[in-house]
Amino acid sequence: MLHTFVALVQDKPGVLTRVASLFRRLSINIVSLTVGESEQPDTSRMTIVCEAHEHAAHRIRASLYKLETTVHVDEVNRSEAVVRELCLIKVAAGPDSPHGLHSRSQVFELAQVFRARVVDLAPESIMLEMTGSASKIEGLIQVLRESNYTILEVSRTGRMAMRRGHHTSRVLKALGTKGIPNTTDTFDPDALPEDEVLPTEFGEHEA
Amino acid sequence: MANQSQQHPTLTGAEILWATLAGEGTTTVFGYPGGAILPIYDALRKFPTIHHVLVRHEQGAAHMADGYARASGRPGVCMATSGPGATNLVTGLATAMLDSIPMVAITGQVSSKVLGSDAFQEVDITGITLPITKHNFLVTRAEDIAPAVRLAFQIATSGRPGPVLVDITKDAQQATATFSFEAAKPESYRPHPMLRADSSSIREAIELIKQSKKPVILAGHGIVESGAEREVIAFAEAQQIPIASTLLGLGAIPAAHPLSLGMMGMHGESWVNNAIQEADLLLAFGMRFDDRVTGNLASYAPTAKKIHIEIDPSEINKNVRVDVALIGDLKEVLELLLPLLPKNTDTSWLREINASKGSAAVRDIINLPDNGHLYAAHVIHDIWREAQAAGRLENTIIVTDVGQHQMWEAQYFKHEAPRSLVTSGGLGTMGFALPAAIGAKAACPDKDVWVIAGDGGFQMTAAELSTIVQEGLAINIAVINNGFLGMVRQWQETFYEKNYSASPILSPDFVMLAAAHGIAAANVSKRTDVTPTVTKARTSGKAFLINFQVEKEDGVYPMIAPGAALHEMVRRPQHDPLLETAEDK
Repeated sequence: MLHTFVALVQDKPGVLTRVASLFRRLSINIVSLTVGESEQPDTSRMTIVCEAHEHAAHRIRASLYKLETTVHVDEVNRSEAVVRELCLIKVAAGPDSPHGLHSRSQVFELAQVFRARVVDLAPESIMLEMTGSASKIEGLIQVLRESNYTILEVSRTGRMAMRRGHHTSRVLKALGTKGIPNTTDTFDPDALPEDEVLPTEFGEHEA
Repeated sequence: MANQSQQHPTLTGAEILWATLAGEGTTTVFGYPGGAILPIYDALRKFPTIHHVLVRHEQGAAHMADGYARASGRPGVCMATSGPGATNLVTGLATAMLDSIPMVAITGQVSSKVLGSDAFQEVDITGITLPITKHNFLVTRAEDIAPAVRLAFQIATSGRPGPVLVDITKDAQQATATFSFEAAKPESYRPHPMLRADSSSIREAIELIKQSKKPVILAGHGIVESGAEREVIAFAEAQQIPIASTLLGLGAIPAAHPLSLGMMGMHGESWVNNAIQEADLLLAFGMRFDDRVTGNLASYAPTAKKIHIEIDPSEINKNVRVDVALIGDLKEVLELLLPLLPKNTDTSWLREINASKGSAAVRDIINLPDNGHLYAAHVIHDIWREAQAAGRLENTIIVTDVGQHQMWEAQYFKHEAPRSLVTSGGLGTMGFALPAAIGAKAACPDKDVWVIAGDGGFQMTAAELSTIVQEGLAINIAVINNGFLGMVRQWQETFYEKNYSASPILSPDFVMLAAAHGIAAANVSKRTDVTPTVTKARTSGKAFLINFQVEKEDGVYPMIAPGAALHEMVRRPQHDPLLETAEDK
């Protein structure tokens, strides 16, 4: 199953290698890994999504924490966190493409439905930018393919995750420690942002 | 600023390194000089409190630092130059990593201006040692040396200990900076939020212990690392719980203690492994359920609930799923548990285990008569008896290599004191014994240090005989010589139809080899000569090597085949000449 870890790590050379090396050593495939600056100075926040056995989460989390460069680690699942991905898609949309002269307006329409943005227009192509859950991005790519568009290039950031609410119990919870009440999370499943509930027929079966 | 520099001297990076090591309490460094570390060696003469031991190969330096740490509990320090010097440390670092040994390795590195250019003797040692160190540093500025080295000591010795490597570029060694040992103290060492045995888990553990009728303590290396020997004994005595030991747990509990069962696992005695298989509760104290200890996981201790007390959260549920995990320092957790448990006086389980020893003991090689052949088990048994008779048992450190002799040592040398056995358990590093013994003797000069090594492993690092002589160390060396890589041969006999592929090994005349180094030595091939020669070696006050010419094709029994269950043990075969002669008499 897919596990998502959010790790706060020191912003130093070699830290990414330490994290990556850990997954290599455990023989676990990283599905995506994003790193960027965090709200704290000299620390980066990583979101690591990996495919591993259901029971592997504790060990991965504890092993991540064993790295001296790790400040803390949290494991989040979809219900507790906002998970987003940024994607750039370059689609062939010139006069010679299968849809000919109409292709551009159709891509515009698709973009609108999927809340993607057109960020570059060239004589032969259109670049779309889209932010959303992985399944939504995959939905757009699938529609483009099934509509006989030629996708020239796809670049995805991989998932970023952030726990909803105040989550002051995140560290304790991350330890899997028993007896810690889960009351500090102000998680409300009905309070999903509007774009989260966009209908797509391409299945929200993402873990 | 002027005032500050008056308070804190300006030193070169090399001087800062030695001053920091001295500040951390280092008195002995094992190392080998070379181009990229010459500034450090040049500054050594200014620090007379630190003794440098020149090794013959950097692998030896790492094992010596390791042996030093295992024997004394203080972090060992080794040093090497860049490139090949650094890569030669790798086996020693991995050995220390697998056995959680506190160690700091200092390596020279090419100048920061040429880093990454494949300069002469440049190697990415922080990259190479990433998975075999607890942490490592690349230091390129003189002012960063003291904080990095101090942090290295803190990381190496805290939590679950381990080796830390500090790679220092040559220009950082040569540059100057103001030095203050105090100011270099690690600021706020990251507290470990996982190190907490929560109250509900404690309650569950207490409930399991109270309900249990057949509990067994699995005593691991963590007892020694935590210094929890007394707490474990107090706990076991209050609850009347028998104690089985891992290889690295031997000595944590005196072998003569009535609750001590001995070693568990692949070459553990039948009553120990059977007790684990029949137990209704296992209390794992600072151990990690290694495959050599559990046998087949699917059939491991099937009826037992399991409580795991462990400082490293990543060990929980790694190999064996446990019912209660108490994360934390063993000593602290036991201090928490002890007052919460009522005393138990029921000794029926212990009596049941002791009653099962009978049949196994009869077949024990130690109880079989001398048949004119010399067996390794007899040699080790006699070294133990000699030390015991001389009243030196608690002041004797045995340093073993890896293989059959290591297992015989674990079976037949009864360790009564913590840190009296130094052995490479996790990595199983052949060639470990001789250099590790040098480290142990350097740390504990008043103790009797014995190397017990096979003819194979001894040859891997035999060059360190010169180091022993140069340092004037009185180390006793017992080479258990059977002309084979014995453990390989035993596996080939058992699992590969006696196809002795590359396991017969030719050795030099070890007595002459010792003589070439100026070390006194003797050959022993008869049981009656063992004890007198051992006494002679021990009392000689100098290094002494004994070449024990033992039975060529002897096996370590009992044995559990890899993948077999813990109770499915193989005993000494009936047709074994040793057993046959015993039946004749």
